[in-house]
Amino acid sequence: MATDTHAAAGHAAEAASAPGMPQLDFSNWGNQIFWLLVTLVVIYFVLSRIALPRIAAVLAERQGTITNDIAAAEELKAKAAEAEEAYNKALVDARAEAQRIVAEAKAEIQADLDAATAKADAEIAAKAAESEKAIAEIRAGAIDSIREVAADTAKEIVSALGGKADAKAVEAAVDTRMKG
Amino acid sequence: MASEAHGAEEGGLVFHPMDQFIVKPLFGGDAIGMFTITNVTLWMALAVVAVVALMVFGTSSRKIVPGRGQSIAELAYGFVYKMVEDVAGKDAVKFFPYIMTLFMFIVFANFLGLLPMSFTTTSHFAVTVVLALLVFLTVTIVGFVKNGLGFLGLFWVSSAPLALRPILAIIELISYFVRPVSHSIRLAGNVMAGHAVIKVFAGFAAIAVVSPVSVVAITAMYGLEVLVAFIQAYVFTILTCVYLKDALHPSH
Repeated sequence: MATDTHAAAGHAAEAASAPGMPQLDFSNWGNQIFWLLVTLVVIYFVLSRIALPRIAAVLAERQGTITNDIAAAEELKAKAAEAEEAYNKALVDARAEAQRIVAEAKAEIQADLDAATAKADAEIAAKAAESEKAIAEIRAGAIDSIREVAADTAKEIVSALGGKADAKAVEAAVDTRMKG
Repeated sequence: MASEAHGAEEGGLVFHPMDQFIVKPLFGGDAIGMFTITNVTLWMALAVVAVVALMVFGTSSRKIVPGRGQSIAELAYGFVYKMVEDVAGKDAVKFFPYIMTLFMFIVFANFLGLLPMSFTTTSHFAVTVVLALLVFLTVTIVGFVKNGLGFLGLFWVSSAPLALRPILAIIELISYFVRPVSHSIRLAGNVMAGHAVIKVFAGFAAIAVVSPVSVVAITAMYGLEVLVAFIQAYVFTILTCVYLKDALHPSH
């Protein structure tokens, strides 16, 4: 290798296609180094003056946009949660209100019902009492009539049979019969 | 290299795997002076054009929702920025443009070098040695400016037994000065070897019997080289970050 490279360095100048490493032909190192330094300086200035600040700005801007968007989304989410809470609260309130109204109506109706029932009961009781009285009257009237009829009939029967009808005795007999 | 030359002699094949690395003046003449415009100049200029196209024109619309070009530019930015921040620490961020420059140049030089008939600037030790020396000098100067003589604590392994420390210090010192060597040869060596191997396979393609194998091999090598082109740029950059971390925080 060592002899090879030495030979290459020596021959490269005279024969361009001589076997060996053109890399070890030191005669053109100056040229390469000069152009390399020029290249590096140009790339350095292009990058550090234009490209890198621009990309950094774009990245920062994007980061900012993302952060803002996330914050906005969070805010909207909080608002949505708030709205939902309000809705739920309204729902609960409405339900309680409805229940209260229902209970109130129920109580009112119950009261009306109770009053009506009581009134009806009283009327019924009054009517019943009246009827009982009437019935008792009728019954009493009927018994008297029966006794009269029975006594008359008995007198007629006794007289028809040829007996002498003792009014008092007949009436007493009718009474005993009716009681028995 | 020797075996390739032998192959050329024995089989009658024409192998010039290293011809692609020859530096030539673009506008005639044989002499290459300091300022001669050569194929090196051309391909470095193309790298600059590519960097400007991606990083400046690609991002010119500054969209909140990026397009294709802007996405790639932002990806490159984020990739290197995160590397600097994670590996070298938060206070290394002010070196970010410098490291970004190295990364963008190497990655574009590597990929442009993969174009057929192109010239790969990063396959030359002249280029990678300068890149590595720039990193080495930067790191050393930053180390001494930031930490004063405390930077020498990098070589004094305080966690080791006292008797071992002088020996370790010598080893650390040697490894420190070997850094630019390995740093530069790794990059140029990888790129050069891959390109040379592709050329060798291409030479075999002249024989009809083996040409299908050769074409498949070229395709496979090319795929590998695409990986190597990115990985070597990444390795160079991350090692720069590691060295920078040593300079900013020399204590072990």
